Amino acid sequence: MTPLLNQKEGLSMWRIFAPVIFSLLAALPAQAAQQAPDVFLQELSNELLEVVRKDPAVKAGDLQKLTNLVDTRVLPNVNFQRMTASAVGPAWRQATPEQQKRLQEEFKLLLVRSYSGALSQIKDNQSIVVKSFKGNPDDNEVVVRSEIRGGKEPLPLDYRLEKSADAPGGWKIYNFNLLGVWLVDNYRTQFAQEINAKGIDGLITTLAERNKSNSRK
Amino acid sequence: MQALSHRFTWLLIGGCLAMTGCASTSGGNPLDPFEATNRRIDAFNDSVDQAVLRPVAKTYFDYTPTLLQTTVQNFFGNLRDVWSVVNNGLQLKPKETVETGVRVAVNSVVGLYGLLDVGTPLGLQKHPADFGQTLGYWGMPAGPYVVLPLMGPSTVRDAAASLVDSQGDPWGYINPVASRNQGTVLRLVDKRAQYLGLDNRLNEMVLDKYSFVRDAYLQKRRAQVRRGPPTDAEDEQENFDRPDKK
Repeated sequence: MTPLLNQKEGLSMWRIFAPVIFSLLAALPAQAAQQAPDVFLQELSNELLEVVRKDPAVKAGDLQKLTNLVDTRVLPNVNFQRMTASAVGPAWRQATPEQQKRLQEEFKLLLVRSYSGALSQIKDNQSIVVKSFKGNPDDNEVVVRSEIRGGKEPLPLDYRLEKSADAPGGWKIYNFNLLGVWLVDNYRTQFAQEINAKGIDGLITTLAERNKSNSRK
Repeated sequence: MQALSHRFTWLLIGGCLAMTGCASTSGGNPLDPFEATNRRIDAFNDSVDQAVLRPVAKTYFDYTPTLLQTTVQNFFGNLRDVWSVVNNGLQLKPKETVETGVRVAVNSVVGLYGLLDVGTPLGLQKHPADFGQTLGYWGMPAGPYVVLPLMGPSTVRDAAASLVDSQGDPWGYINPVASRNQGTVLRLVDKRAQYLGLDNRLNEMVLDKYSFVRDAYLQKRRAQVRRGPPTDAEDEQENFDRPDKK
């Protein structure tokens, strides 16, 4: 029986295919990664805190850099469409896709701008400690609790997550709660007032104007 | 100063009770039947803040040493912790009571009457609690939202409870009265100075500051009086992004 490949040929074939096979193997778990929700949040928080600490420009509130950071590191882990929908409330269902897109853009800008100043307040000894998840990890929507430590009192910071196949960690954030206040819920009254008075386009205009006047400051 | 705010509080509670009969005509937030009055008081508070409190706090923040400001915060924070211990106890929360209690003891003795905060580096965290929270914990409803003159957001329950809070504050027993009042002013200015960065930002991030602050205050108080961590059931959130689900 003649071997199809002699030993030398076999080795060279192996040399060619090994990287391909390994990269495929490496890609597999990444595709199927469904982290535990608390692990996912702890890793994400640590990563973001690390980035902010190491980049003085971001810490100082450089809007360009911060927007970039939000787009590349934060938003892949956030269902921002759902967040905006929730803040807009029932009127979201009446909005056209174009209006929905504009609402998301303006809302994002408003939030990024609002929180840019808070980053300079982050101190080196502060950390986010995610509490171990006690719910059912098979649920599609879960609440994960954490605390900001390092100050005189622990500050509660909770997240709502939904399962998402296309998210890096298998979860997407769709609301968060700082000090007992759900952020998205707190915008609902604001937005409803505008929509009742001026309609969806009125809300978009108001948000755009607010963002414009904020960027002038 | 304290007597003044007391009188305002009583006036307001009286006013609220008097108004209960004729209020709540508009289709506004059912938790805020006195919205029109509240908005007026809120505007008044804002103008007082802009004219007096904010400039004073800004001067204090810019021109006094940070170390002094920290010491002031430590000292009054420690006094505040004493009352938190009592209220955590009244809410039967052993961990919070003990931890805050040990913190007060350590800070008062080792930390020289609370001027130094040695508790925090030791891992002794504070767990703030007030009497309004205690009442809520035992089932008393918050009642309508009210904005108190000079004191800001509250509810009928919390406004009434704040009278008890001020009795439970050790600083209220300092003699002579002149020193007490000076201390109270310092405490107020220092407190205001801690929020200097936030207030302008708040105006930027919201469309209507009044309703944003109101909703945040009410949400926060609800979370504070809840027994234990919130259950997922009460956290249920409707997904407006899913058209099929009504």
